Amino acid sequence: MKPAPFLYYRASSLEDAVGLLNGPAANGKVLAGGQSLVPLLNLRLARPEALIDLNAIPNLSYIRLEAGEIVIGALTRHREIEFSTLLAEKLPILVEAVRQIGHPAIRNRGTLGGSVAHADPAAELPCVLTALDATIVAVGSGGERTIPANDFFVGHFATVLGDGEILKEVRIPLAESLAGWSFLEFARRHGDFALAEASVVLYAGHPGHRSARVVTGGTVERPLRLSTVEKFAVEEMPLPIDQDSFAQTLKRAEELAKMEIRSSDAARSDSEYDCHLSGVLVGRALKQAIERGSNP
Amino acid sequence: MTAPGLVKVALEVNGASYEREIEARKTLADFLREDLGFTGVNLGCEHGVCGACSVLMNGAVVRSCIMLGVQAEGCAVTTIEGLAQGENLHPVQQAFLAHHALQCGFCTPGMILAAVDLLARCPQPTETQIREAMSGNLCMCTGYVNIVRAVSAAAEALRSGRKP
Repeated sequence: MKPAPFLYYRASSLEDAVGLLNGPAANGKVLAGGQSLVPLLNLRLARPEALIDLNAIPNLSYIRLEAGEIVIGALTRHREIEFSTLLAEKLPILVEAVRQIGHPAIRNRGTLGGSVAHADPAAELPCVLTALDATIVAVGSGGERTIPANDFFVGHFATVLGDGEILKEVRIPLAESLAGWSFLEFARRHGDFALAEASVVLYAGHPGHRSARVVTGGTVERPLRLSTVEKFAVEEMPLPIDQDSFAQTLKRAEELAKMEIRSSDAARSDSEYDCHLSGVLVGRALKQAIERGSNP
Repeated sequence: MTAPGLVKVALEVNGASYEREIEARKTLADFLREDLGFTGVNLGCEHGVCGACSVLMNGAVVRSCIMLGVQAEGCAVTTIEGLAQGENLHPVQQAFLAHHALQCGFCTPGMILAAVDLLARCPQPTETQIREAMSGNLCMCTGYVNIVRAVSAAAEALRSGRKP
């Protein structure tokens, strides 16, 4: 038997799961899709006393449009996001990011909530949700609280989620002024963990972009917003694109990204390769986002 | 809620119903192989990398080594043993045979089930789509060219009703 023994609880509702996590299964781990946790159990890198399985909870898997926000339940499988017609229309960047998670078999089981709570620095969802200014809704014994994605991820596999809290859903605001987006990652082989990721969301203004959110992942401990690149995109990259200077402007954005990543406390190493890779990806994502916005 | 010890699981495998009591920590792969005898579920890496243990769960391909057996409660599982109708191979199996898409055969059950999952939702896949869908299944002997050809031929056979 590969995993070490544990007590198994099959939660019947989110309230039941929170009760277990704050009661008999206080030292337990929450099991959603299991695509990261079960390998850790098999390798005995994780040896929790108890598992609280969320999979039998009804109504925790949904993708809804509610008052200008896309709301996605924690138990929603990556595959449901990948094939959602609502998301294909409203949030194609999320579909694009999720398509790059592992392989079909992983996406059939893996869940949005699991990936977000696990907070692997190489995961796609933390990076793209930070770029989209999403909000994480967590439930604990004291009730619900909402946390901006930008504050949620605090380090290597670390979030602000409390010991007794469970992720309930993610809310993503839809901006009418969305004027270009991109999610890119670099992995050694298709489906491998990304070495670096870049996610760019641009909002329309006049004459260029009103604001930009530029986030990198993979080579940093947590999704990292690159404020110098965001500022540069708004101030130094007016629309329409000047084709003659575009490549050079992008090069400057790339250099800014590298500088900011290098000096960040979230940098995982001082490897020149990591920095270069992230910078190049940020440049490419910025280019794709601007071009998408220019040719809708 | 269940205390330590055994947990009752009722599920369907290849159309037949089973009910067993198993340890919660037993993976679905070990449950299928050791308790139910479906040894066509091959175990390679046992931590969700190689894809050899892939099965269909309610029609969707999953890796049975990174699921717990107790999580299959109430589910319909299909293993490689469940594809052929008696002596008649499934079109994907037939295509793998016709196109020499296997050598030692260890990865083949997972490959075939991944292909069945793909063709169920994408009857006319491009080569890129086939390669993407099969990318989670590793083969250490043949290389992938004949596997891609076989999946393409199986798609054609399923559409036309002719043999691959």
